[in-house]
Amino acid sequence: MRHYSSHVFPLPVSFSFWAAGLFLCLFFLLPLGVVLGVSLASRGLYGGVQWIGTFENYRRLADPMIGVIFVRSILFASLTTLVCAVVGFPLAYMVARASQRWQLVWLTLVMIPFWTNFLVRTYAWVLILRADGLVNSLLLQLGIESEPLPLLFTDLAVGVGLVYGYLPFMVLPLIVAIERIPPQLEEAAYDLYASVGAMFRHVVLPLSKPGFWAGGVLVFIPSLGAFITPYLLGGGQKMMIGTLIQQEFLVSRDWPFGSALSFGLMGTALVLWFVVSRTSLGKDVQ
Amino acid sequence: MNATVVLEHVTKAHGQMVAVNDVSLSMKSGEFFSILGPSGSGKTTILRMIAGLDVPDSGTIMIQQRVVNADPPHVRPVNMVFQHYALFPHMNVFDNIAFGLRMRPEAGRNIRQAVERMVALVRLDGKSQRFPGQLSGGEQQRVALARALVNRPVVVLLDEPLAALDQQLRQEMQGELKRLQQEVNATFICVTHQQDEALTLSDRIAVMHAGTLLQVGTPQEVYDQPASSTVARFIGLSNSLSGTMTRLENNVCWIEHEAFPTLMARYPSGAAAHGPVTVMVRPERLHISLDVPDKGYDNTLPAVVHHIMFHGNEMAYQFRLRNEAVWTARVPIGETRRAQLAIGQAVYLQWAVHEGLALVP
Ligand SMILES: Nc1ncnc2c1ncn2[C@@H]1O[C@H](COP(=O)(O)OP(=O)(O)OP(=O)(O)O)[C@@H](O)[C@H]1O
Ligand SMILES: [Mg+2]
Repeated sequence: MRHYSSHVFPLPVSFSFWAAGLFLCLFFLLPLGVVLGVSLASRGLYGGVQWIGTFENYRRLADPMIGVIFVRSILFASLTTLVCAVVGFPLAYMVARASQRWQLVWLTLVMIPFWTNFLVRTYAWVLILRADGLVNSLLLQLGIESEPLPLLFTDLAVGVGLVYGYLPFMVLPLIVAIERIPPQLEEAAYDLYASVGAMFRHVVLPLSKPGFWAGGVLVFIPSLGAFITPYLLGGGQKMMIGTLIQQEFLVSRDWPFGSALSFGLMGTALVLWFVVSRTSLGKDVQ
Repeated sequence: MNATVVLEHVTKAHGQMVAVNDVSLSMKSGEFFSILGPSGSGKTTILRMIAGLDVPDSGTIMIQQRVVNADPPHVRPVNMVFQHYALFPHMNVFDNIAFGLRMRPEAGRNIRQAVERMVALVRLDGKSQRFPGQLSGGEQQRVALARALVNRPVVVLLDEPLAALDQQLRQEMQGELKRLQQEVNATFICVTHQQDEALTLSDRIAVMHAGTLLQVGTPQEVYDQPASSTVARFIGLSNSLSGTMTRLENNVCWIEHEAFPTLMARYPSGAAAHGPVTVMVRPERLHISLDVPDKGYDNTLPAVVHHIMFHGNEMAYQFRLRNEAVWTARVPIGETRRAQLAIGQAVYLQWAVHEGLALVP
């Protein structure tokens, strides 16, 4: 990697520094500051925000009910990340090692879902999973089941929806990472007596780590705060952080507590990131 | 004869491109065998087929008297040193070298010992904890060698092992390669497009061109009796002139050309063939005389200085002949003082009969 010292290129470096700084302030820090402010205020009698400073909202986070919701959300997000990694890797490998023409085809197929609204796509899953939906009609028609299976509004439905929604965020960074591995390394491994499995275990998987990290973060964070999927496919039966925050803002109209929850979510993600990057898993990220 | 690797009528095409065309070769046990040829002549493809990374379209490949066409690379007793080494960047030197042993349970438990012995053999002591990115080109090259040799393969395949090294390091590593080959006593099959490298290192050389095998022989044979003008050109006989053979006596032939006096040259192929032949002369064998032709040379060609290049230890002169052909002469720096040439100057190029070679084109 090349580093341009500011002595050599004073203008571009300082310019890009300030541009990035301005962008960050406007679109990230400013809204974050507003949310922080709101989280330290009180709820008005009929909703709305009363600017009376208090830590009450944060104290309410200690509620065991809230704790259960956080743990459940973390569990769902972790499982989603894991499944995305397991499903996404073979897919990414296939795309990365395809000929240029096929690569374009596969990449387009991976991206096509993004062309429609996420809400609409999630609704499609409702149609697939509900009692008279695609899966159940198929099972009944083939005589595999005599009663429709309760698929919609289950944990499984939420999991399927999350994996479906965030899989591309795992696949794309993995493709980039795998493409960077010279195919000759694979041939060298085979030549040195590695079986196909051993080659993947010792060469491609370890060298794909940057892709797993990037993909993992890109899948874990949004699925931790997801609310459309648990709401539509889980029927809102089991509360998740995302659905809870949404409820506080739009239903209970308790913006200060919703904001405190948001900060709790962010704090959780940061702590998890810190812990994971301290373990042996994270050593090679630096 | 004890052949380790045998290729019989092997052909391989990449799409329309026939990379290797009906090649038959046999490498003896323990020999240093070089495959020499210009870029794109199919050298790498041959190595890859022996390693099992490419499958021949037709023909058979045998290793130790066993047909291996259908064997995947990881079961073949051969190891390859890749052109750009292909070291595993996430493993240190030790783990890179140990890789092959760890992949084979039958390799036993003395991996550490075997690897350390190898590290010493390729003179990388004290560097086994380094990663490939922290090594110089020559060091990486030696890791690649050690990674192959530690498995004690029957055959070591080397794809332009010295190409990425600078001139000095290359000469050093040439000696090293030869020493290692004798030490581990394996068959080395080495691909190169450097004729001097092939001539120095090899027990035998195969010369390839455009997918076909042109000649196989010892360096001496290939050097003295190239089978065709293509081979001759490839091993340094770069000056050529086509004419008609008119007389043949004791392997010496007389060649006529409308624009030049009669030339005489060795004609090693023996078979009398009156007709078109090509006379070829090495650049370092040409004598340049200035005003009048010097006595004592069998052949004399008038020429005009066209271009002069300084190569440090020698001068390279390019001449234009009457038929517009360009010839090159190389003269050691010490001998150039008496011949200060200028561009446009008329000179005579001269050589003795045994220094030229006549080949049926
Ligand atoms: N995977 C491939 N797909 C298509 N054509 C190929 C492929 N590999 C090799 N070729 C072609 O086959 C021919 C022989 O290639 P090969 O790599 O064996 O040449 P080489 O003698 O090793 O050349 P070099 O000295 O440049 O390495 C070349 O014309 C090359 O373009
Ligand atoms: Mg090659």
